[in-house]
Amino acid sequence: MQTFLKFLRGFTEGVVLLGLLFGTLGAQEKPNTCLECHSMLEGSLQIPPQKWNADIHKTKGLGCADCHGGDPTQMDDQKAMNRAKGFVGAPQGAALVQMCGKCHSDAAFMKKYNPSLRVDQVSEYFTSVHGKRLKTGDQNVATCISCHGVHEIRPVSDPRARVYPTNVADTCGACHSNDKLMAPYKIKTHQKEEYQLSVHYEALMKKGDLSAPTCNSCHGNHGAAPPGVGSVTNVCGQCHSVFADLFNKSPHKAAFNQMGLPACVYCHGNHGIKHPEDTLLGVDDKTLCSQCHTSGDPGFQQAQTMRQAIDQLKNSIASSEAVLSEAEHKGMEVSQPVYDLIEARQDLTKARTQVHAFNAASLQVFVQAGLNITHRATEKGHQALAEYQFRRKGLAISLVVILIVIVGLYFKIRQVDRRSNGE
Amino acid sequence: MNSENKSEAPVRQPGRRTFLNLLLSTSIGASAVAILYPILNYLIPPKAGEPTTASVVAGKASELKNNSGVIFRFGNKPGILVRTPDGELRAFSAICTHLECTVQYKKDTSQIWCACHNGTYDLTGKNVSGPPPKPLEAYKVNLRGDEVVVSKG
Amino acid sequence: MSQENKIGSKFYRWIDERVQLANLRKFMAKKAVPQHRHSLWYYFGGMTLFLFLVQVGTGILLTLYYRPSAEEAYESVQFIMTEVKFGWLIRSIHSWSANLLIAAMFIHLFSVYFLKSYRRPRELTWLSGMFLFVLVLAFGFSGYLLPWNELSFFATKVGTEIAGVLPVVGKFTLHLLRGGDDVTGATLSRFYGFHIAILPGIATMILTIHLLLVQRLGMSVPRGVEKELERTKKPLKEVPFFPNFLLHDLLGWYVALAALAALAALMPWELGKKADPFSSAPAGIRPEWYFVYMFQTLKFIPAKILGMDGEVLGIFGFGLGGLFLFLVPFLDREPLAGRRTALFTGIGVFIVVYILTLTFVGYRV
Repeated sequence: MQTFLKFLRGFTEGVVLLGLLFGTLGAQEKPNTCLECHSMLEGSLQIPPQKWNADIHKTKGLGCADCHGGDPTQMDDQKAMNRAKGFVGAPQGAALVQMCGKCHSDAAFMKKYNPSLRVDQVSEYFTSVHGKRLKTGDQNVATCISCHGVHEIRPVSDPRARVYPTNVADTCGACHSNDKLMAPYKIKTHQKEEYQLSVHYEALMKKGDLSAPTCNSCHGNHGAAPPGVGSVTNVCGQCHSVFADLFNKSPHKAAFNQMGLPACVYCHGNHGIKHPEDTLLGVDDKTLCSQCHTSGDPGFQQAQTMRQAIDQLKNSIASSEAVLSEAEHKGMEVSQPVYDLIEARQDLTKARTQVHAFNAASLQVFVQAGLNITHRATEKGHQALAEYQFRRKGLAISLVVILIVIVGLYFKIRQVDRRSNGE
Repeated sequence: MNSENKSEAPVRQPGRRTFLNLLLSTSIGASAVAILYPILNYLIPPKAGEPTTASVVAGKASELKNNSGVIFRFGNKPGILVRTPDGELRAFSAICTHLECTVQYKKDTSQIWCACHNGTYDLTGKNVSGPPPKPLEAYKVNLRGDEVVVSKG
Repeated sequence: MSQENKIGSKFYRWIDERVQLANLRKFMAKKAVPQHRHSLWYYFGGMTLFLFLVQVGTGILLTLYYRPSAEEAYESVQFIMTEVKFGWLIRSIHSWSANLLIAAMFIHLFSVYFLKSYRRPRELTWLSGMFLFVLVLAFGFSGYLLPWNELSFFATKVGTEIAGVLPVVGKFTLHLLRGGDDVTGATLSRFYGFHIAILPGIATMILTIHLLLVQRLGMSVPRGVEKELERTKKPLKEVPFFPNFLLHDLLGWYVALAALAALAALMPWELGKKADPFSSAPAGIRPEWYFVYMFQTLKFIPAKILGMDGEVLGIFGFGLGGLFLFLVPFLDREPLAGRRTALFTGIGVFIVVYILTLTFVGYRV
């Protein structure tokens, strides 16, 4: 009898084990009492099953227990959510980070789902300001779910995801634009507002350029922290590499370091970066240069020369365009010089870039190249206008011929009229 | 005045008439030339042959080595014709999508590169690094003998 | 010299034998044109004809390079103006001559109207002339679109829209004119067909009839001049058609040629911006000057008059006006009855003043 019972128990255990085995292979068949009960509950406890359908983890075949632990086969809630048997509930703070990290830091495990996905998020997180504060026991800082959401976690490629580029500013702003939340940390809350006025925001949201920077492009995502003063050129230089290179070789590099000024952002701002204008350069009151440089110092001289050179090229292009468009309007063929002007405009762009070397001589090279083109184009425009005048002269000559015919005809008519009258 | 004219008329008339006829015939002849000259010139086919809007000859296929590119004029805008390291011909608009500088072929990395702000595109025209927000517009490439004909659309 | 003459007369005899030039010569020698204080107006018919021929000539030249498609029309006109030698001149003359042609035609029409030359037996001459008038306006309307620039595109859009508001046939007419629901490349091909094939074909036919009738019936002498001659018992003064009148005509043509050359030199016809069907209409869009009075009327007319669509009424009014002009030889019996009332002259003055005023207003507003 005893042996029979033993056998029976062993048999049922075997069946259960087989069941579990099949269960992990086919997610659909896994009995999930969590969803069944929670969908009948009220209030916030009802939310998880509603959102869960949109979650990337569900589509990858994971279930509630894979994060929360517990036994989804049990109908009895005491047994299903038995903390002694590994149910973890809804962890907060460091426990939550560890919960996500259980899988996401496991390279071997993640490889099964997405071989190219990084697995260093947790370790990166603890280098962030958020992670560091969490370690010191601050439970209010952002953790995984603050940005990625709960039960409705979508991949970053999904435009509805909270971490999709166009949504990032709102996701970060959810806390960072909130005065009440930021007050204890003495962090300002204007960043999102400023960012929304920036050239980067416009590129991202209005021109649809997903590579345009949003919060995490400069601050990092899992390792979010403000870039240090010394690393600003590296951050901006990710995209604006030419400017970073020029600046790093320029005399400003050492000077800014010495004064402890952040490189790019000192002139261009940070969150609210606008499209730079030529008026920033030069020596009058409104320029950036005049904030540090005063009349007589070498930098003042350089700024003045650079602005003059850029203005000269700009005006030269404008006058070339005016002459050519006048000629074009008059039906003259000037498409070649119009085409050539493209290169002059390019030289202007290069000269504006070269400003960041803060060396007037190197900028003059581009300005001179551009001026050579505009001078040639203007000359061709004037030639076309001269040709136009020549045409008018040709027409005037034929007009004279026609007038002579008219006069001749007039006298001939008088002659024949008189003759026929005389007859 | 009138009577004076009349009295003189028989004397002067022959000379005057021939002069008038001469003047009339030469000036009418001259005006005919002034009309015919532009028309004959108009009939001479112009150098450009035809208004090229949709396609243009970008160069000679045999003159373009593998892993190189050349800028050509497409209407009033520059285009770039590249030959990939595998020998395939491709053509794009040469206007950088960032600030409209003219891009160029970069042999060492086999990329299309914009010198203004270091933007790079791969050889399918896709923007791969730097500030360019969009890929370069791609053109169709056809061969007519040795001539590379690039067309829009 | 004599040798030359011999060859000349031999050649003439050869031709005469085959074409029977003698009849024509006799006709030419006999043909005379009345001369009186209103003779000046005779020349506007000849000038209209001359400008029409200029249009035919320059138009044929333009077809050598023009391409009737939305993608290429503008570029090909640009090509004509910049690349083709003297293309700028040919195109400028074609555009200016079109305008002068319409102006000369207006003068011709109203001078004939006021001199009542349409009276018996010249009713058919008048009718064929009125058909030519409508055809020339259609030439102007269809030709205006062909360069496919911003202005012509929107003018055509508005112009065809007006046809579309007509009751019953409006939708169909709009469709027929545009070759679709909207002004597109299809409209351009269609207008090109109208402009260089259909209209010239019909115009040639009617113009031939018009000229033949003028030759058969001779020039009309105004009623007032006739009466004066009856009273004073003087014979009608006439000048031989050849060479006297022809020289006068030639003088008129040279004046027109001089005007064309001067206009082409001083005010070359511009090309404007290429049409973009997706952009919004530029401000101050208005049709060619000879349509402005109609356009302005439709602008001023209230949306609803006595429960009827104002625009439809306006078009209806112009239709009636046109019909009146067509039928005026049959309506006006006065010159024949010998009565002198000012009714038809008054109507004519009203039409001219109306057209002038609204055209002026159209350019002021």
